Amino acid sequence: MDITIISEASNESLHPVTAQLVGAASSIGGQISVICPGGVGSPEAAKIAGVSKVISVEGDCFDSYDCMAWSNAIVPFMDGDLVLTSSSAIGREVSSAIAAKKGFPVVQDITSLNDGISVSRSIFSGKAIEEVEVSLPCALSVRANTFQPAEGGGNAEISTVNVSQEVSVAVKEALAKAGERLDVAEADIVISGGRGMGDPSNFSHLYEVAEEIGAAVGASRAAVDTWEEIPHSMQVGQTGKTVTPSLYIAVGISGAIQHLAGMRSSKYILAINKDPEAPIFGVADYGIVATWEESIPALKEHLSAIVSD
Amino acid sequence: MGVAVLLKQVPDTTAKISVSGSRVDESAITKWSISPYDEYALESAIALKESGADELVAITCGPQRASKCLTEAAAVGADRLIHIVTDADFMDSCAVQSILSSAIERSECDIVLCGKQAADTNSGSTGPGVASLLGYSCVGSVTEVSMDGGKLSATRLGATGLERIEVSGPCLFTFDKGEVELRRPNVRGIMMAKKKPIESIGIEELGIEIGSPRASLQSHSSPPEKPPGQKFEGAGSIEIVVGKLRDEANVI
Repeated sequence: MDITIISEASNESLHPVTAQLVGAASSIGGQISVICPGGVGSPEAAKIAGVSKVISVEGDCFDSYDCMAWSNAIVPFMDGDLVLTSSSAIGREVSSAIAAKKGFPVVQDITSLNDGISVSRSIFSGKAIEEVEVSLPCALSVRANTFQPAEGGGNAEISTVNVSQEVSVAVKEALAKAGERLDVAEADIVISGGRGMGDPSNFSHLYEVAEEIGAAVGASRAAVDTWEEIPHSMQVGQTGKTVTPSLYIAVGISGAIQHLAGMRSSKYILAINKDPEAPIFGVADYGIVATWEESIPALKEHLSAIVSD
Repeated sequence: MGVAVLLKQVPDTTAKISVSGSRVDESAITKWSISPYDEYALESAIALKESGADELVAITCGPQRASKCLTEAAAVGADRLIHIVTDADFMDSCAVQSILSSAIERSECDIVLCGKQAADTNSGSTGPGVASLLGYSCVGSVTEVSMDGGKLSATRLGATGLERIEVSGPCLFTFDKGEVELRRPNVRGIMMAKKKPIESIGIEELGIEIGSPRASLQSHSSPPEKPPGQKFEGAGSIEIVVGKLRDEANVI
């Protein structure tokens, strides 16, 4: 089976999830080619072990993001029975559009992939898991950090093609820059605050801890809905982001069912809450019954001692 | 220009999901609601109608109970209600998208709004897939759409931040949660909505060919239970717990 991977870009270079897509593809075999939209990251993609060719698809249509223009530009260069993308916002849109154009079924955000093709994925933001059998040819998007990345050391041939596509979406104005801060969906450690933080300005204490350990800062829906200073992009839970970091630290979050759905698959969960009956303790590996005011300075001190070791 | 909004009925996000006999037990779900991101699409659709769009058509696909979403949409301003009725408990993306695009063609709308993903399947395939089948442009993760003459402008969350875009020609927008306050229906709206007819259409009446399923549901399961965690009293235990994060969990 031939597999086409559409690479993911991040700040003008290859996003690490691309090597994970190659890892997932290698687990079921076949010839693997990687398409780099706009040519971003093609030299890096060529170095991933297991990749047999890289197609750098370049053209003006990749200057800004237009789902249809990108998909139309990519489709002619796909020759696999299986198309893999990341399950980022762009990855999902492009895989859906490509699948519809080709008449393929698409299954999003898979967390396991087996011959056959059988995939599993979480539904209801983690309240349940579904297993789906998909017939080839098909498109799949893959959740970041669930597959082992392929190693380096590859040396695939890169072919560059120039395309022109009609673009119908024009960016007129940048309204706000994306935060320089790490996104909760991508971070390996997430520290989130809830309404128990008392005031949005108190999130600065969470940022201080986050800085010590390279974590992203998230929030509960209650916090996002109560304080306009806390943007929806930080929301973890059923109407926000589903996260699966190695460590999730919940501070002043009682643990509404929608929040638990979005974070319960984290590898380890540390919950700090002054209410010993808070539902968050039901999913926590480590629970500390204490106020954030007392806990956060101690947390920062002890974490920084470890990190600087 | 007509505006179509796609609404999906899903278990309310407060619902507990239980699995029985390798399927999610729907009979245990007591409250069904419009999928949250679709509600933002509906809100924006009403705003477009207020700023001069001709007609607002609400479309849903699902079992009989799903008609409730349409009545709710009528209560806040939808003019025409289309329900594609099916009892299928699982449909692959190809089937869903061809059904919905056929319904949109019936509505003759060239602006289509929907949520960026549904709260049950968490996929996000429908919007871009339907746009592809219809040959429309697609703009994802928007929080606001406005119309000035024939021109559509939207605010979207792009890779580099929040940006204002303009789009030409027929377009489908998928909605993220925005700053917009969702309106609640008033009593008059609710009364009027009850009388509004719903066009109930069976899939076989759409005149489309849906081949054999290309993806099939094998099983549902509950997420693995976690063993009970360790609980500590007071901030004085932070040092111990941080030690455990390093030595037991190896995450720091």
